[in-house]
Amino acid sequence: MTQSGQYNFAYLDEDTKRMIRRALLKAVAVPGYQVPFASREMPMPYGWGTGGVQVTAACLCPEDVLKVIDQGADDTTNAVSIRRFFQRTAGVAVTERTGEATVIQTRHRIPETPLSEGQILVYQVPIPEPLRFLEPRETETRRMHALEDYGLMHVRLYEDIARHGAIATSYAYPVKVEGRYVMDPSPIPKFDNPKLSDCPALQLFGAGREQRIYALPPHTAVVSLDFEDHPFEPSKADHLCALCGAEDSYLDEVITDDAGGRMFVCSDTDYCAERRAAGHRGDMAAPFEEAGA
Amino acid sequence: MYVAVKGGERAIDNAHAWLAEERRGDPAVPALGLDQIAGQLALAVNRVMAEGSLFDRGLAALAIKQARGDLIEAIFLIRAYRTTLPRFGASVPVDTAGMACIRRISATFKDAPGGQVLGPTFDYTHRLLDFALAAEGAVPEAPQAEPQPGPVPHVTGFLGRDGMIEPAEFTGAEPRDLTREPLSLPADRALRLQALARGDEGFVLGLAYSTQRGYGRTHAFVGELRIGTVGVEIEIPELGFAVEIGEVELTECETVNQFKGSRTEPPQFTRGYGLTFGQTERKAIAMSLVDRALRWRELGEDDTGAPAQDEEFVLSHCDNIQATGFLEHIKLPHYVDFQSELELVRKLRAEAEQARAARKAAE
Repeated sequence: MTQSGQYNFAYLDEDTKRMIRRALLKAVAVPGYQVPFASREMPMPYGWGTGGVQVTAACLCPEDVLKVIDQGADDTTNAVSIRRFFQRTAGVAVTERTGEATVIQTRHRIPETPLSEGQILVYQVPIPEPLRFLEPRETETRRMHALEDYGLMHVRLYEDIARHGAIATSYAYPVKVEGRYVMDPSPIPKFDNPKLSDCPALQLFGAGREQRIYALPPHTAVVSLDFEDHPFEPSKADHLCALCGAEDSYLDEVITDDAGGRMFVCSDTDYCAERRAAGHRGDMAAPFEEAGA
Repeated sequence: MYVAVKGGERAIDNAHAWLAEERRGDPAVPALGLDQIAGQLALAVNRVMAEGSLFDRGLAALAIKQARGDLIEAIFLIRAYRTTLPRFGASVPVDTAGMACIRRISATFKDAPGGQVLGPTFDYTHRLLDFALAAEGAVPEAPQAEPQPGPVPHVTGFLGRDGMIEPAEFTGAEPRDLTREPLSLPADRALRLQALARGDEGFVLGLAYSTQRGYGRTHAFVGELRIGTVGVEIEIPELGFAVEIGEVELTECETVNQFKGSRTEPPQFTRGYGLTFGQTERKAIAMSLVDRALRWRELGEDDTGAPAQDEEFVLSHCDNIQATGFLEHIKLPHYVDFQSELELVRKLRAEAEQARAARKAAE
């Protein structure tokens, strides 16, 4: 089924886009605050990126270049599916190169290549409320945000330290935005948290099922919650990428046989491919081949 | 060397091609026609229309065919289609007292003006598999009666005349629209009913059942259950009056519930209400029980902590499209978050191991 002509540019009608853009403007004006918006039913399931897709649809212009990643990779099934959706409904150019993209929709990662001014990073968010697993009621958590009542969160982090000797949160690690709102950065590994702060790109967060949008305008100060005597530590597997040899990128662990064999490779496929193209080699690298070869 | 755990475009295309083949089934067997689904699986079509919030039998039948009979998947297809439709206007409230009923029963009165009409119901059938249906065969014609002329007044209206049941007044206030605004809490009754009307039949049924078993007991009688067709009218501004643009089949259930009275209200019966598209009476009855349970605050009753009394719990979880999407999204790759959990557990284990070794050395 070809979609051209059957649906509006980027699928959503202009009224819906305007409604989303208004929510986005409010979110940019109040960084870290969760703005309710009238999320639409999308032709993909809730929980599969409908929030991110709606935000991307509201931001896309015909001249944009779109990149879609899931778990850092351009070739994961859901990233392929979402990228195709916009190729079909918006006809925009797509890329796998972080540096070439004007809009990047992501699930669970921030690209390793530093973002630049003018880029938009759109996050897919499953549970936008950082306090949700401390307090299940939305009526209550909204009140807590309004009163800046974040004691419960600090108690939880403290209890982690008391029990485990460390804060036992490794992804979706809560942050405080410009000294005001506690925000869920979506389930990115805490390794990525430092990239949230002072980022030159605009960061937008869309939660479709939960009907919330929030944002970090460029160069917003974002601090991962911690204690003076237990400072925040971004962490990753203590290895080098087996393909490109990178020591500074987040690694996926791949099981290679049934005898405990494993290898660690960059989760960011574009970063890894660009490094290999530039001649970097890891322990287990085959000679570099062009992608798709 | 590097095992590709990531699927590509080809994998997706091939999976969908296989799906299409499986959907068709054995090509030697004739394909199902939409008229067959709409005509012979009408109750499935009704459920898809009710929870899809779109009254169109043909589209619902198509969705069921496309979804291979998975009704929640079919409801999803309808919802995703519905949301793209332009809105030309809102109808005036439908007049269910003017319904052309195919079924109308009351459990609270032996007889009432308009009569009791069983209609095409499974009630009182013996649930014995009818092997004759497995063979093709003509159905004997059902006996016919003259249609009853005139409107069929609501049973609760008879109770209302004596002040025995709380009044249900038309406020004229425009209800909020769940599909155009984010859900905000607390919700009013109209919004709750809207959410329940498109809520999952199984979820609403389970909640309603829980109220019958003591979790927020409201002791409901089916004051009236009616199924039939009503006209849908729309005001045309240029004309200055409403014209009928079509008709829809509805199921309406009004329950009559005990109420002992409060400081402000005299002892009287109270109402629970259910209204759904098509012949979907299990859902309409369940909806009316849950509606009544959710009204504890406005009636000055106690919150017993029952799930069916908890507006935020019910409204946040009754939508099966939201529920199934989020449930099934855990099939998507999560290896980045899982990797960070692996690192954390390894680190915690190493620290625990060190601490144990240190203790042992000290002993």
